[in-house]
Amino acid sequence: MDIVVCLKQTFDTEAKIVLNSNGKIDGTGVNLIMNPYDEFAVEEALKLKEKFGGQVTLVSMGGERVTESLRTALAMGCDEAVLIQDPDLESPDEWVTAEVLAKAVSKIPYDIILAGRIAVDDGSGQVAIRLADALKIPSVNCIIKLEVEDGKAAATREIDGGTELIEVRLPAVLTAQKGLNIPRYPSMMGIMKAKKKEIKGMTLADLGIGAADLPRKMSITKFSLPSPRKGGIKISGEAADAAKELARILREEAKVI
Amino acid sequence: MNFDLNEDHIMMRKMVRDFAEQECAPGAEDRDEKEEFPMELWKKCGELGLTGITFPEEYCGVGADYLSYAITVEELSRVDASLGVTISAHSSLCANPIYLFGTEEQKQKYLVPLVTGEKMGAFGLTEAMAGSDASGTRTTAVREGNEFIINGSKIFITNGYYADTYVITAQMDKSKGNRGIAAFILEKGMPGFTFGKKEKKMGIRSSATYELVFENVRIPAENLLGEEGQGFKIAMVTLDYGRIGIASQALGIAQGAYEQALKYSKERSQFGKTLSELEVIQFKLADMALQIEAARLLVYQACHMATEHRPVSKYSAMAKVHASETANMVATQAVQILGGYGYTRDYPVERMMRDAKITEIYEGTSEIQRIVIAANILKD
Repeated sequence: MDIVVCLKQTFDTEAKIVLNSNGKIDGTGVNLIMNPYDEFAVEEALKLKEKFGGQVTLVSMGGERVTESLRTALAMGCDEAVLIQDPDLESPDEWVTAEVLAKAVSKIPYDIILAGRIAVDDGSGQVAIRLADALKIPSVNCIIKLEVEDGKAAATREIDGGTELIEVRLPAVLTAQKGLNIPRYPSMMGIMKAKKKEIKGMTLADLGIGAADLPRKMSITKFSLPSPRKGGIKISGEAADAAKELARILREEAKVI
Repeated sequence: MNFDLNEDHIMMRKMVRDFAEQECAPGAEDRDEKEEFPMELWKKCGELGLTGITFPEEYCGVGADYLSYAITVEELSRVDASLGVTISAHSSLCANPIYLFGTEEQKQKYLVPLVTGEKMGAFGLTEAMAGSDASGTRTTAVREGNEFIINGSKIFITNGYYADTYVITAQMDKSKGNRGIAAFILEKGMPGFTFGKKEKKMGIRSSATYELVFENVRIPAENLLGEEGQGFKIAMVTLDYGRIGIASQALGIAQGAYEQALKYSKERSQFGKTLSELEVIQFKLADMALQIEAARLLVYQACHMATEHRPVSKYSAMAKVHASETANMVATQAVQILGGYGYTRDYPVERMMRDAKITEIYEGTSEIQRIVIAANILKD
């Protein structure tokens, strides 16, 4: 069974976000990690490979530093990686990313495509689903359990107040939700082997895409940081009066009760 | 000269740190309290390849360098020094002498399962009358046909009882002193090989420290490690490399205690300021950071010498003495910065301070390290 995993490198979830003088997010010195939801996708791909054999190929788009996350996934046990890098891919929107990924993925044999359900940085949750659309195959998002048999996948996904079980014919795109599995640590042996595995660099030209083919359909107008936390309010006075005042503030100002 | 870790080392550090923080740190306090050996974690270490880092792939090892090993022991010890020494004693003191001095048959039979973590290793040199001075070894080995008969006992043996494979030294010819000593490979369960007292220790309480007792233990002649009379040399070479493990353990303890103190100093307010805003605390933190960086450079330099197969003795002794003294200074100051809280078992610095002390004692005391350093610098 050949599996493709779409992987995105994101800011460390503990990173402090700062805007530069142009109002863009400043990535200088920020620790980058594999998108945590993509880690679930990688783990699920490796479990399928252990069960059915086949190849796990990673596909990613981004800058040079993405190789760090790809190496980690290779050390976990993935077989090879494709990294699409091109100056014309600066600030892509989700449509652009999905179109480019679709071109790259269509060159790789696949039975299943796995991805995280959302990237923790921009949180759009669109790319994997758009990718399925571009490839004209079905998609199931937010899965917490997966069983594959006879060219079909039985995927359990979270819905409000419960779960639903969806059967889908392969190939399909499935996106991983927390709870799907517990990602393994890359082993020492895996880390040593990872450096011998190939990370194939590709440009838009390699994929047969011209810059003019990718007009952005959306543009980000503005980033803004959450307003800084205000100091607390101290309510003084007798306990009974203070409690009354607290109840009033909670009801009338904070509107939480 | 390049002071940056390469991509592999960065990934290894992250992997071991994630494993240490997620799997090892949560139970460390409890294991210390109950003196409970980290058997489950040991198994996980084996799966992750942490039990055979420096050994070649032909013996199922990772085939990585000493720096990878040092980073591993450092990161484990940063949260749990007992687990750090379990890995260090196993790798440096048991697997390594078999790798360096063993026959091909011994390597296939004993080294491979040690490296994969299927079996655990220990090393028996110290005796009641033979501590820093190995010439006091009273355990004897007598050749009888195709066997050796071992009698005597060893004390303070790390991984004792839990380990499957033991490299031990015994005297074969007292008149020859150190040159009469030989090294042997023993297996747990051999008739006559039993365990005596379990030590109750100040620190590294969840690591196992046992007495080994040998009563007419008959071992096949092929379990002689190296040659007769080579035992002292084997022990000394083993310790030269082993010190890298203990230096890394000490470095990890220091780093862990420093991070606790740094974090606390930013949270705790006194006199209307956080501790970190008080110059008296800033100076403590600066000294801690300074000594840790110096220790780290010494440890990593010793790793470089070991990986390059260059004389390691002076460098590993320097690394060990500096890292262990740093661990004690830093852990003590960390307790000081945390004050009354630091003295309680609610905060890990109390355990770290107790754990730090042993690093100045085992695998050669700080005094012995200075003798080793002096001998090295005076012989040139």
